[in-house]
Amino acid sequence: MSDPCCEAESPIRVVLAKLGLDGHDRGLKVVARTLRDAGMEVIYLGLRQSTDSIVAACEQEDADVIGLSMHNAGHLTLVPRMVQAVDQAGLDVPVVIGGIVPAHDVPTLIEFGAAAVIGPGASAEEVVSAVEAAVARPTAAR
Amino acid sequence: MSPNHIGELFEAALGGNRRALGKLLTMVEKQGSSAAMVSERAHRDAGQARVVGVTGAPGTGKSTITGQLAGASGASRPAILAIDPSSPLTGGAILGDRIRMDNHVGCGAFIRSMATRGHAGGLAVAVPDAVRVLDAAGCDPIIVETVGVGQVEVSIAAAADTTVVVVTPGWGDAVQANKAGLLEVADVFVVNKADRPDARGARRDLELMLDLGHRSRWRAPIVLTTATKAEGIDDLWAEIERHTAYLHDSGELIRRRGRRRRDEVADRIELELRDRVHQIVQGEPGEAALGRVDRNEISPAAAAELLLAALKPHNPPEG
Ligand SMILES: Nc1nc2c(ncn2[C@@H]2O[C@H](COP(=O)(O)OP(=O)(O)O)[C@@H](O)[C@H]2O)c(=O)[nH]1
Ligand SMILES: [Mg+2]
Repeated sequence: MSDPCCEAESPIRVVLAKLGLDGHDRGLKVVARTLRDAGMEVIYLGLRQSTDSIVAACEQEDADVIGLSMHNAGHLTLVPRMVQAVDQAGLDVPVVIGGIVPAHDVPTLIEFGAAAVIGPGASAEEVVSAVEAAVARPTAAR
Repeated sequence: MSPNHIGELFEAALGGNRRALGKLLTMVEKQGSSAAMVSERAHRDAGQARVVGVTGAPGTGKSTITGQLAGASGASRPAILAIDPSSPLTGGAILGDRIRMDNHVGCGAFIRSMATRGHAGGLAVAVPDAVRVLDAAGCDPIIVETVGVGQVEVSIAAAADTTVVVVTPGWGDAVQANKAGLLEVADVFVVNKADRPDARGARRDLELMLDLGHRSRWRAPIVLTTATKAEGIDDLWAEIERHTAYLHDSGELIRRRGRRRRDEVADRIELELRDRVHQIVQGEPGEAALGRVDRNEISPAAAAELLLAALKPHNPPEG
């Protein structure tokens, strides 16, 4: 890159979505505001997204990271499906999981390829630093 | 970023590769050193697409309409550029337009969300470049959604071939639109949320305002829509096409696009100059001159005159 100064200046772009059919997006909206307040650009997809719609949004928006909210206990099937869809599209975009995930499933999700799992009690700072840490890897590699 | 790599990205984008197109847009959005190369390359192939601006107050239904329009166009490769303000405090933004679009865009439009990123002035160059890239990548039509509040945002929507201004029922909204300077830029009016009471009243109010306004060969038609039910969208697209035909037949298209390019060049110079003024004032000569002003040795006018010398070109520009 010939332009290190300006590359660094661009805000992190996050695609924020909820997979599947479950109900509300209150938590997701809170996360959206938290990330915005940390200076990120949040591409908010909201509820009822599919892995395809999320991948399409990532491509078009040239997103740095996907934030996925889980509430319906489908995480053990949905997370690997999401990671796989991202890989298959040839995207180098980490997937950060939030919402309600039982602590004992966290190592499994990481094994499935999630970049981080943010627990339900996480503070704003923890949410932000998890996203930043996830992005740091592929961004540096660019 | 090498010219070769940029050329490859364009090839891929033209072939429908969305990732490549996404990357190119990021480059022009950053307006860094790659942007000039991307812009140069795009300019060679641009000029084919119809560019439609959609603007109006927040919440009037612009995103819903925009998504629907992309579908109604029947085009194989429509694109949408959805622009929202960044937070002036943190520089972050929530870009939520896709929610209203994806549901309707079964046709698979290419949608890109763009934040204003600090200075709205930057938009005045980043948006034309983004449109140019989409155009060169074979997208058509290109629909640009902006919130019609700031002057820059309105002028961006106005820098389209056809500008659509969206209002909702209620006299207040039309008055607001008038104040924001939206009425002058409208080629087509939409009264959206026609499922609400008094949509006809809103249309009548607009008609009255148009009667009072100056006359030209094109009188902006008013279309009633209920975007959430896709009602009136085909009519709206038909009016946009009628306006496109008018632009061609009247020669106005060439004039408009010429004006647009001239404005963009001026905007770019202005932006660059503003940067340099900043550098000069905050740099060493600026500090020195300001010090003399502080000590009452010279006037602010004299200081400006002194510093201005730093802006003057050593060689006159070549034509
Ligand atoms: N009742 C009604 N609501 C609408 C209509 N069009 C859009 N909306 C709603 O108005 C809100 C704002 O719409 P959006 O497209 O995001 O507006 P924008 O801010 O102008 O882009 C959403 O809740 C839409 O569902 C309509 O024709 N009738
Ligand atoms: Mg919108």
